[in-house]
Amino acid sequence: MIKFILKRMLEAIPTLLVLITITFFMMRFAPGSPFSGERSLPPEVLANIEAKYGLDKPVLEQYFSYLGSLAQGDLGPSFKYKDYTVNELVAQALPVSAKIGSIAFIFTVLMGVSVGTLAALKQNTWMDFSIMSTAMAGVVMPSFVLAPTLVYIFAIKLQWLPAGGWNGGQLQYIILPMLGMSLLYVASFARIMRGSMIEVLSSNFIRTAKAKGLPYRHIILRHALRPALLPVVSYMGPAFVGIITGSVVIETIFGLPGFGKLFVNGALNRDYSLVLGLTILIGSFTIIFNAIVDILYAFIDPKIRY
Amino acid sequence: MLDNKQNSEALSEFADKLEIEGRSLWQDARMRFMRNRAAMVSLGILVFITLLVAFGSHLSEFAFDDTDWGAMHHAPSIESGHYFGTDSLGRDMFVRTLLGGQISLLVGVMGAFVAVLIGTLYGATSGFLGGTVDRVMMRLLEILYGIPFMFFVILLVTFFGRNIFLVFVAIGAVSWLDMARIVRGQTLSLKNKEFIEAAEVCGVSKWKIITRHIVPNVLGIVAVYATLLVPQMILTESFLSFLGLGVQEPMTSWGALLQDGSQTMEIAIWQLLYPAAFMVVTLFSFNYVGDGLRDALDPKDR
Repeated sequence: MIKFILKRMLEAIPTLLVLITITFFMMRFAPGSPFSGERSLPPEVLANIEAKYGLDKPVLEQYFSYLGSLAQGDLGPSFKYKDYTVNELVAQALPVSAKIGSIAFIFTVLMGVSVGTLAALKQNTWMDFSIMSTAMAGVVMPSFVLAPTLVYIFAIKLQWLPAGGWNGGQLQYIILPMLGMSLLYVASFARIMRGSMIEVLSSNFIRTAKAKGLPYRHIILRHALRPALLPVVSYMGPAFVGIITGSVVIETIFGLPGFGKLFVNGALNRDYSLVLGLTILIGSFTIIFNAIVDILYAFIDPKIRY
Repeated sequence: MLDNKQNSEALSEFADKLEIEGRSLWQDARMRFMRNRAAMVSLGILVFITLLVAFGSHLSEFAFDDTDWGAMHHAPSIESGHYFGTDSLGRDMFVRTLLGGQISLLVGVMGAFVAVLIGTLYGATSGFLGGTVDRVMMRLLEILYGIPFMFFVILLVTFFGRNIFLVFVAIGAVSWLDMARIVRGQTLSLKNKEFIEAAEVCGVSKWKIITRHIVPNVLGIVAVYATLLVPQMILTESFLSFLGLGVQEPMTSWGALLQDGSQTMEIAIWQLLYPAAFMVVTLFSFNYVGDGLRDALDPKDR
């Protein structure tokens, strides 16, 4: 088992390297420089600035020195926010995104699994139909339509919750952004869970369990849930990416000082080093998370040998 | 002898009848698609939206960038000619929604086209050549799967400027992964067929076999998945425009309109409502048509 985990973790390294390499060289070969604003700088000043950020060295040397500092966890200085390093900016944004993201993700999985199971158990009743048609709407409704709608209903019309802001992460400030991030994926998880639960419930070992006279609850929780969870686990990777990606929009809408907001501001300001650093960071999270999901899958599915 | 002759006559007669009664794959698929009511209705809606988006602006007297300071945040009304109201600069929302639709649909289709082009060639090459090449190409695909693509697209847009043309090339260039997998699977089952063998024996080059024999044979399935790609592309473009990284003023797209609308919804909800409705209906329809096509053409379903 430990060998499998190590192997899976090692496999993530080339992926990371490809990501870093592609993004780095794209940045270096992009037309224009981050310092060429509306007001063109005198060439000497530009040369000095480039020397400060090491942009005057050969590209390969820059690449290896960037890799070297990355290995030490240093993402370099920000090109736009002059007094900050990318690390400092990330350190400010990370707690916000981590809090809201993890709450949203846990909510998504728990909610999706329970709603999907419910729909499967009450198959072809009005409950099933209403859950599934809501889920279908959820699949095509993008987060940037859903989130303003939520704000309109709950913050403007009903005035139950604040329309935006972070305020140290109090509960009422978290609810709406969390719903905006997670509802779409709740719908996807519910659809997947319903499908696999229905399939599992019609299999032979469940019939055996019923014939033995086991209580219904016991059959569902102890026998059916684990095999039915397999497709859900394999969807956790894409859902994680989706929630992180969605957070860009959600954080913009609700004005949360997190990763997504930082990323968009970096992109709008053409702050190359910040965007590069954030892409690498988010990419690494994704890659590591995918590895964890694979390992989790191996734990649940006895058919996978390692 | 006589028996034999009778037999062969009966056989040819039978074959003739078969030909009359038999249906080709495409007829079969079309019938199945026509029987799918949700897909047919969606197709109708899509045609309607496309026509409206393409020609509907003639129904209004306003141009998409006509600002009218006297009619800012004008509510929808028939009399004033602003069927969908106006935005914060007094521009007509009806015309802007249609223009946004033009851009969104165009970007959707073009993005899907780029993705299909790259994905088909990649998948066909990988599947046909097989062996080490296939393993390396598929490993690369797996690596690319691990990268969060929206951030990658934003990165591209940051570095290469906010040119709408570049935006959809960028979106297409990162969305071909699923297509490559599907095409590779199809190619693997095709490449042992006799006609490929015949082409090889005739000395046709590998590249020619891929482009002339493999690709045309997987086009059916490719077309189906392209239909499902279009709504994804529209979503991606809207996502970028919503963040201010897509189309630039005074041009617009559904995503950009939604962004404007979400900022003024307290006083002018229609600015959010109409673009949102158009977009959601379009996405719904594309998904249903794509699902319908897949069900109609999928041989596993028979």
